[in-house]
Amino acid sequence: MEPKTLYEKLWSSHLVREEPDGTALIYIDRHLVHEVTSPQAFEGLKLAGRAPWRVHSIVATADHNTPTDHWDRGILDPVSRQQVETLDANIREVGALAYFPFKDERQGIVHVIGPENGATLPGMTVVCGDSHTSTHGAFACLAHGIGTSEVEHVLATQCLLQKKSRTLLVQVDGALPAGVTAKDVVLAIIGRIGTAGGNGYAIEFGGSAIRGLSMEGRMTVCNMAIEAGARAGMVAVDDTTIDYLRGLPFAPAGADWDRAVTYWRTLHSDDGARFDKVVRLDASQIEPQVTWGTSPEMVVPVGARVPDPAEVSDPVKREGIERALKYMGLAPNTPIGDIPVDQVFIGSCTNSRIEDLREAAAVAKGRTKAGSVKRVLVVPGSGLVKRQAEAEGLHEIFIAAGFEWREPGCSMCLAMNADRLEPGEHCASTSNRNFEGRQGAGGRTHLVSPAMAAAAAVTGRFTDVRTMQGA
Amino acid sequence: MEPVKIVDGLAVPLDRANVDTDAIIPKQFLKSIKRSGFGPNLFDEWRYLDQGEPGQDCSARPVNPDFVLNAPRYKGARILLTRDNFGCGSSREHAPWALADYGLQALIGPSFADIFFNNSFKNGLLPIVQPAAVVDTLFAECEATEGYRLVIDLAAQTITRPGGEVLGFEVDAFRKECLLNGWDDIGLTLRHADEIRAFEARRRIEHPYFFS
Ligand code: SF4
Repeated sequence: MEPKTLYEKLWSSHLVREEPDGTALIYIDRHLVHEVTSPQAFEGLKLAGRAPWRVHSIVATADHNTPTDHWDRGILDPVSRQQVETLDANIREVGALAYFPFKDERQGIVHVIGPENGATLPGMTVVCGDSHTSTHGAFACLAHGIGTSEVEHVLATQCLLQKKSRTLLVQVDGALPAGVTAKDVVLAIIGRIGTAGGNGYAIEFGGSAIRGLSMEGRMTVCNMAIEAGARAGMVAVDDTTIDYLRGLPFAPAGADWDRAVTYWRTLHSDDGARFDKVVRLDASQIEPQVTWGTSPEMVVPVGARVPDPAEVSDPVKREGIERALKYMGLAPNTPIGDIPVDQVFIGSCTNSRIEDLREAAAVAKGRTKAGSVKRVLVVPGSGLVKRQAEAEGLHEIFIAAGFEWREPGCSMCLAMNADRLEPGEHCASTSNRNFEGRQGAGGRTHLVSPAMAAAAAVTGRFTDVRTMQGA
Repeated sequence: MEPVKIVDGLAVPLDRANVDTDAIIPKQFLKSIKRSGFGPNLFDEWRYLDQGEPGQDCSARPVNPDFVLNAPRYKGARILLTRDNFGCGSSREHAPWALADYGLQALIGPSFADIFFNNSFKNGLLPIVQPAAVVDTLFAECEATEGYRLVIDLAAQTITRPGGEVLGFEVDAFRKECLLNGWDDIGLTLRHADEIRAFEARRRIEHPYFFS
């Protein structure tokens, strides 16, 4: 038999039909739903008099708009509240496998709660009206972010219209140096291939450095596949995957578990499988990364300097750098370590899982927030992460360091709730997008790992965490 | 969806690469539970000098005279010229809703982000990919010529420039049919409901653990 890539295996096992021009109907196993991109889809469904196809595929939560403090006060912003209430009403009417509404103990960011409840399983197709659905590919899923029309399409037909992607293997081999994490790996990948480098591709992340990552780390990497332009990113199944899933609420049990594991063990690219493109990185050369501009590809190692547009010949690139530096308020050639940090955000579907909080806490332990830093927000990805962190005493470390320990949600990742930057403020953020205005109009985001964010919080600037750890 | 056949209109050049959907429609406007009314807030942070909030009367806001869409010569534009990777970032369909609500019907650029590209077709907005050199020429001509109009004929897959030169473009056969006829994807897919049901039944037997 022809050796196949993981992507080809996932694609062909979900193919319902294919048109002559390659447009295909792909069956969807899991549909994650949140309050921002679903109201128009439910409304459309109702207006057309259509019934949802399989409500048991739906797992829903409210995350984007929900406040992260004073939950007793409810949602103060009436427009946000209406959106959350609309989701409540839609799920009440339609039904779901699971719904974790605002204030539920298992509520959280949609890409955190799916995996931690075992609702994301290897071999599934997973969709959500959110581009970071690529996260779930860490479980060898074919996971796509979709638009609202597609949310409605999946609700009504349990299928997605897709064309087969080309395949890109990003192979990261070697040992990661101490202090260098999954976030640095994915930022280094985006720095290499660019934000459009994955356009039209499904990325498989492979190599010994990826296999050496925990599930949390793999989710961080797949989460940002979309920042490299790829709608889907994925990692093959191995013992790490299977050990993570064992015993989770929606994971199979008993004989079903054994049967599932037998199948899951086949979910990897075969030896000799052909990819349309291969990119290789040496893990031992990766350093802690910091973005300096307004696109995730504008990234350099912490010891480097902000680029000088005068040295760039391509006019579109040069103008892009000039515009970014102006927005970021940075002079060419500024050392990254000289950029002062006003706020720090530790959270988002990229870096709000227990391992991320442990990494941040390891740096914060016994230290305190620099006086020049106005605020440090630590926002766990879900209620379960929050309770786990509290059981480990991490919250006490954060609070002792002068950080704010919040309720779960998307928070300052996109600043739809009250957590946001003031114009001109620089933020060390563990989230995934440093676009203009992303964390608040005029705000200046620098993407980093949780350890680097904690280091920035206690030193007031971007500091190489490798000089602090174990200190 | 209204059918899209011919787009005949003024072009406006947006000379930036990597324009993300946060820039196309900032997040505060995502709180709406409707599909319409996003046009006045298209490119809100670039278009206005103050901070935009939902529910404002935009006609009373101070506009940024340096932003290309605000130039009087581009008023009423139907076609947006774009640079690389337009529509990257968030999957929000509010981005094509805002572009369409503003009155745009087609986009021409060297590349578009995947999800945005897909979302556009579902909202009667035609994204057209052209080689970077061609896009450069269109930008230069458009900036140099006031009243620069293009005629896009979807059925023929052609763009006609003011001087009469014709460019061809590629479009998926399926997406083209849907746009030309104003068809709704869901209705088309449901014609295959029996096939979906049969697939689902087989999958239930083969992989029961995905259905619990
Ligand atoms: S945490 Fe940020 S990127 Fe993730 S789902 Fe929420 S808003 Fe989107």
